[in-house]
Formats: sequence, structure tokens, C-alpha cells
Amino acid sequence: MSTDRQHFDEMLLGGEGVRAPYAEYQEWFSHEDVSRLSKKSKEAEAFFRRTGITFNVYGQAAAQERLIPFDLIPRIIANREWTKLSKGIEQRVRGVNAFLHDIYHRQEILRAGVVPVDLIAKNAAFLPQMMGVTPPGNVYTHIVGTDIVRTGEDDFFVLEDNARTPSGVSYMLENRETMLQMFPELFSQIKVQPVSDYPKNLRRSLAACAPAGCNGKPTVAILTPGIHNSAYFEHSFLADQMGVELVEGHDLRVVDGHIAMRTTEGYKTIDVLYRRVDDDYLDPLNFRPDSMLGVPGIMDVYRAGNITIANAPGTGIADDKAIYSYMPDIIEFYTGEKAILKNVQTFRCSEPDALKYVLDNLADLVVKEVHGSGGYGMLVGPAASKKELAAFAAKLRKSPGNYIAQPTLSLSTVPIFTKKGLAPRHVDLRPFALVSPDGMNITPGGLTRVALKAGSLVVNSSQGGGTKDTWVLED
Amino acid sequence: MLGKTAGGLYWMFRFLERSENTARLVEAGFRIALTRSSDPESEWKSVLTTAGVRMNYDQKYDGYTALDAIDFLLRDTDNPSSVMSSINNARTNARMVRTALTTEVWEAVNESWMAMKAALKSPVTQAKLPEVLGEIRRYTALVRGALHGTMLRNDIFDFSQLGIAIERADNTARIIDVKYYTLLPSASFVGSALDNVQWETILRSVSAYRSFRWLNNDDISPMSIADFLIFDSRFPRSLSFCSRILDENLGYLAKDYRTRLPCHDMIDAQRDRLRASTIETVFDEGLHEFITSFIRENNAIGLQIEQDYSFVG
Repeated sequence: MSTDRQHFDEMLLGGEGVRAPYAEYQEWFSHEDVSRLSKKSKEAEAFFRRTGITFNVYGQAAAQERLIPFDLIPRIIANREWTKLSKGIEQRVRGVNAFLHDIYHRQEILRAGVVPVDLIAKNAAFLPQMMGVTPPGNVYTHIVGTDIVRTGEDDFFVLEDNARTPSGVSYMLENRETMLQMFPELFSQIKVQPVSDYPKNLRRSLAACAPAGCNGKPTVAILTPGIHNSAYFEHSFLADQMGVELVEGHDLRVVDGHIAMRTTEGYKTIDVLYRRVDDDYLDPLNFRPDSMLGVPGIMDVYRAGNITIANAPGTGIADDKAIYSYMPDIIEFYTGEKAILKNVQTFRCSEPDALKYVLDNLADLVVKEVHGSGGYGMLVGPAASKKELAAFAAKLRKSPGNYIAQPTLSLSTVPIFTKKGLAPRHVDLRPFALVSPDGMNITPGGLTRVALKAGSLVVNSSQGGGTKDTWVLED
Repeated sequence: MLGKTAGGLYWMFRFLERSENTARLVEAGFRIALTRSSDPESEWKSVLTTAGVRMNYDQKYDGYTALDAIDFLLRDTDNPSSVMSSINNARTNARMVRTALTTEVWEAVNESWMAMKAALKSPVTQAKLPEVLGEIRRYTALVRGALHGTMLRNDIFDFSQLGIAIERADNTARIIDVKYYTLLPSASFVGSALDNVQWETILRSVSAYRSFRWLNNDDISPMSIADFLIFDSRFPRSLSFCSRILDENLGYLAKDYRTRLPCHDMIDAQRDRLRASTIETVFDEGLHEFITSFIRENNAIGLQIEQDYSFVG
């Protein structure tokens, strides 16, 4: 799918030269030899294969393990740009946590009429089991990966809030490691803010959210659905880097009102569980009874305040795509400030006027399923055929409440390395924020995803996207 | 450590050991069939029996040709003990316990898996066989080297060693079991061509052809071979050596965890029995009986370890 509109390139200026943050890099790059870089690029791929940095693609039995392509041109963000971005993220995450607390307690925001009651009450992401529950430290979203896109020099938009279990942080870390190995000289010439403290910070942040009754050093563990999950590499990588156990549902059970893991020396209590399992599968007694991935009774332990679950169950209500359009109001409601980061204009197809507009302008819009993720089940109007548009219009008419629509943004581009030289490709950015009662920690940079096909706007790894190392400059 | 992790380590190293043992059986079988045997069919049949996969094989094939046997033992993923299946299983377990492994060990396993997948993608011709077998040996050595060179000597190492020792003892014992009749004094005619072939096969199957001769000079007799395979604790594939490794590492676990468990009593009993026996008493009481009961015990110790250290819930 390509857009003809002029887009903003973060590196290359229209005629000659580069934008300021790229000046030093460009200086280095101009002295590099394309064939040496090609060789480096192949080395990086071999390195990823050897270390097993792969992801599993669902529904592809033959090629279960694939690499996410890595591009060696970094995405560079100036310190000044980052300061603004991180302030905006901090504000947004604060707003999301306040919203979650309110929604599961007094629901002031509904009484004030800022968010319609129906949107919550009829929403599958709303967990009635969480009503009146206050998580340890009053933190709901311990880890947030806000998706941000850029369209111009000062135009940043939040695309998604990802308040459930955002993935990709292992790529942020491994991309930097790879760059350090490939081009050590670059990092002595250019001062880039480090990202390697993330695992340490994550552990510290999670430990700070331990239940009040926890004595001594909290035991943290990561709950994974298992080796067949698409993000298993990341789960084991983080457990390894944090020095905590990687557990599956069948390693755990309730012992004396606590969650405990089966060890070679008997059962041992877990205080904080960083779960990479969806709400639905967390507890077969309280949610999906057929789930083999969770722990029977964990919700009862949770409600009794004997374990911290990160992120808290029920946070999905905050990153629901139907709620998204209310986010600027939500932020203002709780923080008393105008949102620093912009929202993309969003049409809620549940509203008749909006639906009419969306149907009339389908070819220019991006339509997303309210509960979808990973780029599945979405329509990119400008790239769709007449037949696809008609089919999607029928789906829209049938269940409008399932969809929202947004204008196709002219996403910024950053060049990727090709044998023919630099070629612009669309990118997005997922910075990672950690929340604890001690405060918020946002790793400078994050994961840059890049659409590898010329003109494509879809950056998801499951749809053929790649990644780049993301630099925030010191200065 | 999680019980699941202990189990994953144990099985990862059992499968790696198995892939190496299977490759060695193929190597010995191939060599004998090529150079000595007048009856290659029965040679391959006995290799398949030793590998414990004859029933599976018979369901698939009618005869025992070198090509079929080699393919089944190396590549066939319907055969749960083939080199490819073993490496697959080893890597799956390694992924499961990745947090317990050093980067070097994990990368060695992952590299082995990638190399084996490439090497065993299509049927191995006789011309390519030595190269492929060499590669299997090199890669298992790489993993072992990484294990010994980089891993902490703690419970992680202990469970890895236990997996190796149980699998290896089982392998050596099964080789003796399948060939025991050629080791019986009644069947031996020292120096006869047939026996020499059989003994050479046995020794080659455990990579001991050279070390045996080196240690025993010209004393190549059934009894000296059996003695070597069972009791010589200098030889790293002997039953006695494996038993010592089990004893040592179970001992470390008992000390680390400050808990003695039923598996400790079992290994003590096995050590006592081995110590109280000599090759003469074994032959007096019956080699076959001795070996079958050893295999049973060895299995039982493995199962007891799984239970005592909560490998599964």
C-alpha cells in the first residue's frame, strides 16, 4: 500500500544534507563502504539466528521460527525531542493508571459523563472481577509500551496505549547489543543514551510493587504460555537478564493462600508475577475454564492481596481501541493538564454519523477492530481493492460497534540500508515505561519498527516488518 | 531451581548423549558392515536392537539394508531416538531451560541444531556418511566443552551430569546386553575371525577400540572386554564410571539442598553392588542376568531422580 503524499523523513532533508540529529552519523556513514556494510548486515542475521532471537508465527507450521529483520541504520532522536516525548508518555501513563483505578472503584469519570457508561459496561475488556480491588502499590500498568508515530518536525501521535503486555523490549536490547558489536567505533564518536539498564530497572520496579505482606526480598517470576508462544524468546530473555524464574502455569499452584512454584526443593512462594499470559487464560476457575496456561485460584490469591500480578488483570479496558478516542479527555480529567501527545482523529463506528462518514470515505481510512492486535483484521483503505472495500463495508454495517476508523497518517520515514544505498521506509516507535510506587522510568528510545516494503505503512513483525536500533542522543 | 528446569536440563543432556551414542552405533555398524561382515543384514539388525528402536523400524521396513537403517537412525523423526529427533528434543529442552544455561552452552546447542538440520535435510549417502558422523561428534563435543568450560558447578551442572550418566550407562549396558552371547566364554574361540569382528564392533560402539588395546595389550578376551566395559573406572563410558558420576552429583545435591532422598539410597546400593562384584562373580552368576538387572536399576534410579526433584507436577 503506498501513499502519494509527501512524508517527513527523519534523516534526509529534501534536497541535500541531513537533519541535525543525524549529522554525526552521516559523517561516519559517508566514509563507509557499502560492501563492508552488506557483510555486517549478513553477520547480524547470523548472530540473531545463532542466539535464537526468533519469533514464532502463528498458523505457519513449517516455518515456525522466523527472524525479525534488523536494519543497521539507526533511528536517531535528539535529546530535546525525547524530553518532550517522555514527558508526554509519563503524563499519559499516569492518566491511564488513574483511569483504571477509577473505573474499578467509584467510576467518577462515568458519572461526569466524560466516557459513556455503555462503553465500559458492554466492553469485554472490562473485568467485573476487578471491581473494588486495589492492586499492591495501586499500580495497574507496571509495564507500558506506547505506540507513537510521527508525521512532522513537531507532530507526534499516540497510536495505541498497549497497557496489557507489550512485547518487543528484547529487540530494543538486542538491537543495541548488535550495533555495539558491529560498529563499536560509532559509539565512541557519538554519545548515545544507554538502554542496557532496562532488565535491572524492570526487576527493581516489579519488586517495588510487591504485596504489603511480603517479608524480605520479594521473589519475582515471569509467567509464560510456553515455548510455542510467539514471544517466548523475549520471556526467557527477560527472565535470564533479570535473574528470575521463568514459570508456566503447571509449575504453579496455590499453597496456603499464596502462589508458589514447584522447585527441586519443594514449593516456594512468589510475590510478584510478571505475566505474559492474557487475562482470559490467567485463571481457569475465574475466567476461561478450558485454559491450561494459567493457575487455578490465582485471582482469589490476588484479591486477598497476596500476590502482585503485572500488569493487573483488567488493564485492557484502558488500551481498548474504542476507549482510545476518549484518551485526551481522560488525561485531562485525571491530571488537570492538556494531553502533551496528540491522539489520531478517530471515528467511532458505533455512532451513526461517524459510521456514515467512514462508509463514504472507506478508501481513505484505516479501519481497525476494537479488540484486534498485531495488525490482524484491519483494513488499510488506500491499499485495498474494490472487492476488499465492499467486503469490509458489509462487515462494518453488520457490527459497527466492533470498529473504529482513522485517517491514513503520513508516517515519517527513516532510511534503511539496501544494496543500492539508502531508501526511505515508514517507521513507528514503541518506548517502554515502567511504573512503581517509587515513580516512573522510561528507557530512552524504545523499539523502532520499520515497514520494509517501499511505501508500506504496516510495521508489525507478523506482517513483514523489521526493526532498527533507536538512539536518543546525550547532550 | 524450578523442578521443570531440573527436568529440562536432565533431558536436554540425555538427548544430546543419545544423539552421540546413536551416531557412534551407526559408525561402528557401518565400518563393520563394510570391512568385515559376511552378513551385513544381521549387523544392522543388531545395531537397531541396541539403539532400542527395532520395533519401530520393523513397522516401517521389511529388510535391514544399510541405507534404510542409517536413514532411520540418523534422520527419521518418526524414530524418537534418531539423531535428528534427539537433537530436536535437546534443543526444545534447552529453550525451556534457557535461563539456566550460559550463553555459550545455549549457542552451542542451537548451532548444533542448525547444523544438523542442514546436514540431515536429505538422505545421507554412503560417501557423505563419514563427514556427517564427524559433524555430529564435533557438535556434541562443542556442547560438552561449553558445559564444562562455562557452567557454574551447582545444581544446574549436577542435573546435567545426571542426565548424561543415566543415558550413557543405559547405552553401554544395552550394547553389552545385545552382544552378551559373544562375550560368553563358551562361545569364544580366542583369535577366531568371527569373534574378533564381534569384539571390535563392541569396542568401536563405545569409542574404546584404541583405549582398550592400549590398556590391555594383547589380552583381548571376552572377559577382559566385559571387565573393561563394566568395571574399569578409567573408561568414561563404563558402567562403573557412570555410576560414580551419578553418586558424585547426587551427593552434591544432597549436600546443597541438605536433604537425602530415596534416590540416594538407590545409588548407594548400586555402588555397593558394583564394588562387591568382580568380572569373575559376574560370569559365575550370569552376564545376561547381571546386565538386565543393571539396566532395570539404572532406569529405576532415573525415575526416582525425576520424582525426588519434582521434574513434573
